[in-house]
Amino acid sequence: MTTQHLPASLAEIVDDFQALTEPERLQLLLEFSRELPELPDRLKNHPELLEQVVECQSPLFLTIETEKNDAGTADAVRLYFKAPPEAPTTRGFAGVLHEGLDGLSAEDILAVPDDMPELLGLTRAITPLRMRGMTAMLGRIKRKVAASSRQLS
Amino acid sequence: MSYPVEQNEKFAAYARPERLVSTEWLAAALESGAVADGKLVVVESDEDVLLYETGHIPGSVKIDWHTDLNDEVTRDYVDGTAFAALAASKGISRDSTVVIYGDKSNWWAAYALWVFTLFGHEDVRLLDGGRDKWIAEGRALTTETSAPVAGDYPVVERNDAPIRAFKEDVLAHLGKPLIDVRSPEEYTGQRTHMPAYPEEGALRGGHIPTAASIPWARAAAADGTYRSRDELEALYLGEAGLSEGDDVVAYCRIGERSSHTWFALKYLLGFDTVRNYDGSWTEWGNAVRVPIVKGAERGSVPA
Repeated sequence: MTTQHLPASLAEIVDDFQALTEPERLQLLLEFSRELPELPDRLKNHPELLEQVVECQSPLFLTIETEKNDAGTADAVRLYFKAPPEAPTTRGFAGVLHEGLDGLSAEDILAVPDDMPELLGLTRAITPLRMRGMTAMLGRIKRKVAASSRQLS
Repeated sequence: MSYPVEQNEKFAAYARPERLVSTEWLAAALESGAVADGKLVVVESDEDVLLYETGHIPGSVKIDWHTDLNDEVTRDYVDGTAFAALAASKGISRDSTVVIYGDKSNWWAAYALWVFTLFGHEDVRLLDGGRDKWIAEGRALTTETSAPVAGDYPVVERNDAPIRAFKEDVLAHLGKPLIDVRSPEEYTGQRTHMPAYPEEGALRGGHIPTAASIPWARAAAADGTYRSRDELEALYLGEAGLSEGDDVVAYCRIGERSSHTWFALKYLLGFDTVRNYDGSWTEWGNAVRVPIVKGAERGSVPA
């Protein structure tokens, strides 16, 4: 698998990871964990609107929203994540998906290969078990995006 | 030369008080420059490979259970050469006092301590309460990278037999006490993985015949410290039915939670022969033709 099927924003992140040594990749993942944006207040006060990804080793909640685009272009999918600071690996991967996918169209998100997390070159360092949690996070986003596009069409 | 042992009432009741230090003790030791002069090495060992980087005890070094202690190819621990290189790189010498702490009530810290013990490292202790207690007390954390002066560590081969049980050992052990430290749902066979943890592919659910179910966390108080000697006796001598002098095997899913229980049985209650079965349920639940009991009853050894 190469980055050619990835949206440009995600492909750029994957390229960044691949250019690094393993310890540097972990450091970059840590930076993504710090950059994961806080939930907006309307979601903070309504935890029931978020879904837990139970495959993750640490508590990770997420939801998506669709923003109408007036300019005739495709609607933008917005992603929201919640993960505790004591789970930096989980937060880091949420940060990667946020920066790589937030604001894209449903079509672009659905085209991301399910095994995209493997491209980050982190499997050896963070255990296959945790990689499965990351893959599950992407899978959950795609399922929610697919369900929401079916509703709209 | 070992660092002085902490004296306090709670620890004095344990069989081996020298295996624990309190957060107060560690803070005072750090204050006195114990880490700076190399007598004491503080090691953080967490489940999350990045947690140390978000902030750690000043001067501490990180050892990761997966990348540092597990062999990359064989399902086993690193060998003597790799362990010596790891220890030296962390500033640990054979005579260093090593204090290990970590997240989740020292779950992984106890696992790292158990691996140090496989290599016969003499003076290795746990920080009672671990990372969470240290943070809850508002003690110092830093994100500064520690740069320890290399230690001097000889190549010592592991001596597994006294504290590590393999599947064959467990089969031969049947009839003697076993402690299953997993969740009740895993014990009964309702599920094969921890609640809220991913499925790890055990083909069968249940427990090893006659094992007593004492989930690991029951040995820990709300602040993550070990429960008092009296409380631990009520749990393991009372509820689990162990008797003084018993030969005990503890197991969980991959041997990490059972390291926490192994520590309590070995050093706090003073059982001489306690082994951790690190193959645990990910091996037993996939092995062909080993006996399994489902449900809440302990069951009996097959004839």
